[in-house]
Amino acid sequence: MRQLAWAGVLILSLMGAFVVSIWLGSVHLTPSEVFAALTTGGDPVARQIVVELRAPRAALAVVVGGGLALAGAVFQALLRNPLAEPYILGISGGAATGAVLALALGLVASHSWALPAASFVGALLAIVLVLRVALAADDRVDVRVLLLAGVVVGAFFGACISFILSVSDARTVRGAVLWMMGSLAGADWSTVGTVTLYTVPAAAVLAGLARPLNLMAIGEETAGYLGTNVEGVKRTAYVVASLLTAAGVAATGVIGFVGLIVPHGVRLVTGSDYRTLLPLSFLAGAVFLTLADVVARTILSPTEVPIGVITAFVGVPLFLVLLRRSLGSAGR
Amino acid sequence: MSGDPNALEAVDLTVRYHGTDRPALDRVSMVVPRGSFYAVLGPNGSGKSTLLRALLGMVPLMTGETRVSGRSVSEWRRRALAREVGVVSQAESVAFPLTVRELVGMGRYPYLGPLQPETSADREAIRRAMERCDVWTLGHRFVSTLSGGELQRARVARALAQEPRALVLDEPTASLDIRHEMEILELLRSSADGGMTIFLITHHLDLAARFADRLLLLDRGRVAAEGEPRQVLQASTLQQVYQWPVTVDDDPTTRVLRVTPQSRRYRS
Repeated sequence: MRQLAWAGVLILSLMGAFVVSIWLGSVHLTPSEVFAALTTGGDPVARQIVVELRAPRAALAVVVGGGLALAGAVFQALLRNPLAEPYILGISGGAATGAVLALALGLVASHSWALPAASFVGALLAIVLVLRVALAADDRVDVRVLLLAGVVVGAFFGACISFILSVSDARTVRGAVLWMMGSLAGADWSTVGTVTLYTVPAAAVLAGLARPLNLMAIGEETAGYLGTNVEGVKRTAYVVASLLTAAGVAATGVIGFVGLIVPHGVRLVTGSDYRTLLPLSFLAGAVFLTLADVVARTILSPTEVPIGVITAFVGVPLFLVLLRRSLGSAGR
Repeated sequence: MSGDPNALEAVDLTVRYHGTDRPALDRVSMVVPRGSFYAVLGPNGSGKSTLLRALLGMVPLMTGETRVSGRSVSEWRRRALAREVGVVSQAESVAFPLTVRELVGMGRYPYLGPLQPETSADREAIRRAMERCDVWTLGHRFVSTLSGGELQRARVARALAQEPRALVLDEPTASLDIRHEMEILELLRSSADGGMTIFLITHHLDLAARFADRLLLLDRGRVAAEGEPRQVLQASTLQQVYQWPVTVDDDPTTRVLRVTPQSRRYRS
């Protein structure tokens, strides 16, 4: 029941965040102008700003934020580690490389349905590399080795992007910078539609794996003894969580730490049962990224701060706290 | 007898781990009859835990077969197997904060669909298991705050909540004081008397002799002795397996077999 109450609180917060996101921006609008734009029409310029710029941007923050938070929670169960997260594991970097490469080669037009597919290939490559490196040292994934693997793989994909840029034209370079820093500025309704198309089924599959993920968090052998097809669950969860990450990265570029901050906060409030953790992380991730985007747009208005900067400023201190705790308990 | 097949069986079992020259199990055969209390003994590295994993289909076999309730373990679906056999493995660590009630509740996962909530029958099974293991009052405690004894009792409760026909345990009392150790062993004995099959790996020769119906003594992956406690626990056999002098006699107060390691240094 407490979980349901929190779901209610988060849904209300999300509606609030959405309204704030549509209301605030470099062009000042009064609440009544926003209301008029959303309903009867009102001033055509205000209507343009609200319906074609701010609303899809807020909607994109909702699906991408929710998806990244959900992916983070899933990686944490699979790797039995609260520090696992798409950005830290280098998966976002792989996804960005896939997207930049597809664009540079002219394989896809900007924001078509195929762009997430290209990102997905990059993300899968990244997760395979990270697991290879991390498991090369030991069958049990050590925190330090895992983080190192993520850093190394992330650096590799950063180099790949730099290489692609050095041989590309100016238009691609401009696009690629967006992918590396993360931004919701390119949002339009077709992007929102594409990302949603990937995110909703992926989120549904992962929600259905909540019980096996609970078991994976206490150990693969025990999970097997309690009736889980461990290899099947691992394969499905890694692939689908990578897809979820890729869909977000293809639309907004690399936005780090959402998958770290949000599940951690949800765990503190309602515990670690994945049956509640997954849906609540999705909602909380949506709220978090929507508000982070509001801050990114308004704090130095009219200049826009990259949203990845905002999430990193929140995420890095939390990461350090969690890292200390992980290493402390590992030493005991 | 054609009726109920044996709970657990190993036939001519050989297991060799990657990169080792000696097999972990070498042509081991054993039978655990339904409703019996079966204890597995042997020095460190003699293959006890490997036997457990092989019985549950967790390691590839080089030769032989293991059967659960008469059916080859490879034919069992994992979920169905979890309803048949509950396992308390040697150790597990909880990666995230988890309450005792949540931990024990996982014992019902083999019965529940992906999104299906616990039914009243599930809650009843969980309550019964927690009461039997004396962890009912710890339900809201976080697993990370439990003492060693409490954690082991909670893990046994989770296995009991599976309502299995057989319970398989790998040194469940290894780090426990005598009271908590005796509590768990008496719980297992009464479960066996109630018809549940118990397969227990342990280092305690005396306690195995006292509680178990049959013993299996492993030595470097081979069966050194198998049978009733008095047949298995003979001084000459134990001395050879453990490479240490022992005497075996009857404890005057409990009237059960007593194995006493001798001192090498002061031996005449």
